[in-house]
Amino acid sequence: MKTQHVVEQFLFRQAELLDTKQWQAWIDLFAADGVYWMPPEPSHKTWEGMPAIFAEDRNLMDVRMKRVLHPDAWSQRPLWGTNHIVSNVIIEKESPNGDVIARSRFHMMELRREDVRHFAGSYIHHLKKTKDGYRIKLQRVDMTNAQAAYDYVLQVWV
Amino acid sequence: MLQERIPDLSKCVEPDRVRREVYTDPDIFELEVQRIHERVWIYCGHESQVPKSGDYYTVQIGRQPMLMVRGSDGRISVLYNRCPHRGNMMCGDRHGNAGEFFRCSYHAWTFQHDGRLRSIPMMESGYAGTRYGRDNPDCSMKRAARVESYRGFVFASLAKDGPALTEFLGASRVAFDDMCDRAPAGEVEIVPNCFRVIQHSNWKIFLENQLDALHPSVVHQSTGRAAHEVEKQIEKRTGSAPLSYHMLSAFATVTIDKWDNFQTLNYPYGHCILTGYMGLRPKDPDTLAYEKVMEKAYGKKRAEEILGVNIHHVLIYPGLSVQSPLQQLRAVRPLGVDRTLTEIWHFRLKGAPEPIYRRSLAYYNLVNSPATLINADDLENFWKCHQGLASDGGDWVSFGRHHGRDIEKDGMVETAPNCGTSEAPMRNQMKAWAQYMQA
Repeated sequence: MKTQHVVEQFLFRQAELLDTKQWQAWIDLFAADGVYWMPPEPSHKTWEGMPAIFAEDRNLMDVRMKRVLHPDAWSQRPLWGTNHIVSNVIIEKESPNGDVIARSRFHMMELRREDVRHFAGSYIHHLKKTKDGYRIKLQRVDMTNAQAAYDYVLQVWV
Repeated sequence: MLQERIPDLSKCVEPDRVRREVYTDPDIFELEVQRIHERVWIYCGHESQVPKSGDYYTVQIGRQPMLMVRGSDGRISVLYNRCPHRGNMMCGDRHGNAGEFFRCSYHAWTFQHDGRLRSIPMMESGYAGTRYGRDNPDCSMKRAARVESYRGFVFASLAKDGPALTEFLGASRVAFDDMCDRAPAGEVEIVPNCFRVIQHSNWKIFLENQLDALHPSVVHQSTGRAAHEVEKQIEKRTGSAPLSYHMLSAFATVTIDKWDNFQTLNYPYGHCILTGYMGLRPKDPDTLAYEKVMEKAYGKKRAEEILGVNIHHVLIYPGLSVQSPLQQLRAVRPLGVDRTLTEIWHFRLKGAPEPIYRRSLAYYNLVNSPATLINADDLENFWKCHQGLASDGGDWVSFGRHHGRDIEKDGMVETAPNCGTSEAPMRNQMKAWAQYMQA
């Protein structure tokens, strides 16, 4: 029960950091070798050497953050915001050392200028237990609507 | 007072400017579909997309839903995705395998992979004495009027007449030659993933942007700067940063004045080439190992010729943008006057070491995925461009940069030295557009 609660709190806080645009704090949830991965189709087993919508280590996350914070990131100029709901949290595996694999579902509403878009899908978090709490080794994001054409693009992590 | 809504097409295009309605008028768009997209050679796909008998991929040519399919004899056909019986769409999935034949999901008419009628349920009793049956070509799936491929890249034209594919492509063939020649085995293989992104703007705005050398340092400054900063940090920590950071940081380090050092070459039918070294030959072990494999395959002299090809982008008008040195390709499918689909693919160089593929992959993921660090800002500008063109604030789009300095020779136009930011490619595309539209 305790693990379930702590993991849920972690996932909710991660979503909150995205929705409040605290990019650095969001990146800091990843382990030094952590990876954020969004495969283009559910059958993919690894991000390495494969086409991916996102396959970012902390260096690339840093590029993306610095880009969206730049005053001339034209696509980020319009009114923009997201709202995530994370739910259906299942602890798939808990290792003796406290590391956890957790599965969950999300729904994200995005406002950009006058347009609302909805994205939904599943997360798999590989969490490493540290003295400062969990750190993400790997976050896999499967978008249910990722195989349809994208109407415009994604600019920040989902 | 009523204004004439569509201006006379012959007055839409002047050598250095174009009427705004060319981008925004839905009636002009419908004419473009008929007179350009459903007439010229349109890229359907690569042969390696459909390796096995019965494999098919759907593709939109103008307004026509088409199928590219591999037959049991190995030949590729391009068919209208339509059952000749009651008009049902034959394949409802974007791609798949039809099996030994196509079978309509409505009344089970079946067809060979080349479209010929194979069977109709109870054909004898149902159609004896009628005009329908195997001998009537109207009972077969209709084929594209012409299909040709060049080095594995399949094109179709829905018009019976017109130049052959190689004549149409002309010098722009270099897009495919450069891509394939960079493979030690002399051919490429598609990576079976298509990124599809919809732009809320006219298709021509995208094409004009592809060889627009003035825009990168303005539009992509944010990513260029960010990547440059992180690249420096990585270099400080580890000695060297992956080449993918250089590809991104170049958008900031190649400042606006330096883009005049590039050159554009402009050809008949609206095709254009932007030359410019892409920095793909650093002296690192991966590149040196690849160059060795190339020398072994082609000999030193020929390998050097291939690796020295100086191309940034090739635009094959009206629907294909190719970055051959990085094996990327974007096909443009106009959906409506203000909606355009891009289908983005990349390829493996057959026989090249894995690290060389990884460069192409990095570019594909970072620049061309739906989470692109680059195209997001392009799409924002395309949208704004289309919005602005809907305004009565002006009638013309200007393509006057370096106009009058173009050098015409041997049926093509090249930009003068230090005029890389010339709007010659846009002038060339609109010249072809006007010819197609008035033909």
